[in-house]
Amino acid sequence: MPDKRERHILITGFGGQGIVMAGDILGKAATLYDHKHATMTQNYGPEARGGACTSQVIISGEEILFPCVEEPEILVCMSQEAYTKNVKSLRPEGTLIWDTDLVHTRKTDMRYKTFHIPSTRFAEQLGTKMMANIVMLGFLSAVEPLVHSEALKKAIMDSVPGSTKDNNLHAFNKGREYGTSIIKGLVKAEQAKHQD
Amino acid sequence: MNGDEACCEGALAVGCRFFAGYPITPATEVAEAMSRRLPQLGGIYIQMEDEIASMAAILGASWGGVKSMTSTSGPGFSLMMENIGLGICTETPCVVCNVQRAGPSTGLPTAAGQGDMMQARWGSHGHYEIIALSPSSPQEMFDMTIRAFNLSEYYRLPVLVMADEVVGHMNERVIIPREEDIEIINRRKPTVSREDYLPYEADADGIAPMANCGDGYRIHVTGLTHDERGYPAMNAKAHEQMVTRLVGKIRNNRDKIISTKNFYLDDAEVVVVSYGISARSSMKAVRDARNEGIKAGLIKLETVWPFPEELIRSLAPQVKALIMVEINGGQMVLELERSARGACPVSLVGNYGGAILHPNLILGAISKAVKGKT
Repeated sequence: MPDKRERHILITGFGGQGIVMAGDILGKAATLYDHKHATMTQNYGPEARGGACTSQVIISGEEILFPCVEEPEILVCMSQEAYTKNVKSLRPEGTLIWDTDLVHTRKTDMRYKTFHIPSTRFAEQLGTKMMANIVMLGFLSAVEPLVHSEALKKAIMDSVPGSTKDNNLHAFNKGREYGTSIIKGLVKAEQAKHQD
Repeated sequence: MNGDEACCEGALAVGCRFFAGYPITPATEVAEAMSRRLPQLGGIYIQMEDEIASMAAILGASWGGVKSMTSTSGPGFSLMMENIGLGICTETPCVVCNVQRAGPSTGLPTAAGQGDMMQARWGSHGHYEIIALSPSSPQEMFDMTIRAFNLSEYYRLPVLVMADEVVGHMNERVIIPREEDIEIINRRKPTVSREDYLPYEADADGIAPMANCGDGYRIHVTGLTHDERGYPAMNAKAHEQMVTRLVGKIRNNRDKIISTKNFYLDDAEVVVVSYGISARSSMKAVRDARNEGIKAGLIKLETVWPFPEELIRSLAPQVKALIMVEINGGQMVLELERSARGACPVSLVGNYGGAILHPNLILGAISKAVKGKT
């Protein structure tokens, strides 16, 4: 079993969605700005784009030895394939997060906390779907505060090209606001999740 | 930053200003970082046509007086073997980082392996000694790349950094020390006059001062067996002399080169020996074993070559078992077994690559070994 002090997060999707970058930013926020320990490892295939891709993040107050996430407590799914493949690994009390438009969930285990956001659609509205990962990070920061949101913002500013900093900040805020609104009306959102 | 980027930063911090390479997963990020960073520091980055040429280029750059390195993975490492031998024979300081993936052949390009350990030791033809380090984290990629350069400059040979895909691609915090806190060793320069200088005349410790091309000294560099002048000497006696020195300068300095980190050895009944990413799984397993009341210990090999034979030989009679943990079908375990000289059982926890070893697997082996089963 993983160490209890460790938080295990699995971010999944396909190559080109910024899955690894999202994990990298989360880890940077934890280590550089929240002064915790973090590791990020990645899985991807030989393809440059389009293949299944995961980013495994562990955040802890102590040194992390084994860097693999086997039973995440938070699973973020940005593609149908990623959801189908990884949902079984989520811990029984875990949090499942997905992109509303890209993932069609089956009736999920009622013990999961579930949240979804049309992150790719929001990113497109803000200019480019490339920022879907940043929208998702904003959303994650609202529904599962793993690191301080200011730390995340700083890590995003460190990681994205200069000309896109403002847009990415908008993307982050968009995701965070959406997440906060769901948290405030949590019951309603929980009800809505099993409509399919 | 990830381990590959940390390798680049370590190299730059110790003064590397030349990189020649050919991109290959999972070592590409070393080259990528170098291509971005070297021009900022007045260095040179060249993408060569293949790994044979890459290795040749860094040897040439080193003779030009610049600290040089390349990075690769299994298939490229195979191609570099001939020129690694040239570097050993011509005593050329340089560093080769092999971010190992699962082989043989193209294998699993994006998954971890530690299957090149014996290739690192014996991959080039002829008899020689080598120095190889094995980092377990991005921080160690930084630190050990620095040490690799220092060892290569001091002992005058290509030094290998034997990393793996997980360490190369893993992102963790890397603390870069202040410039004045980084130890930098540079190659020994000739102290005699130009007339008296012999390029392969060694000092008492077996290491010859090195004049770079353009320093004004007469030098001759060849992969043929050579005498102290560097000129070909085609006879058994000259060959014996040359190889004795090439081998001796490493063997006779084993105590200065070999580095291990030892944990809980004082009362250990079962000792796990490991390196690279596998050493982290091993550490987790050893701590879990201690929590269960099992007296387990760990030797983490920082230098994998030369192997800490003396340490193992003295430890083996005091323990119930030794266990090697590595992502291959059994390579360094052979060295462990040889060094233990039958004084205790030696076993392997390994796989053929593609996934890192789970701490529970290692814990299981420890539990069995402490009960006298292997």
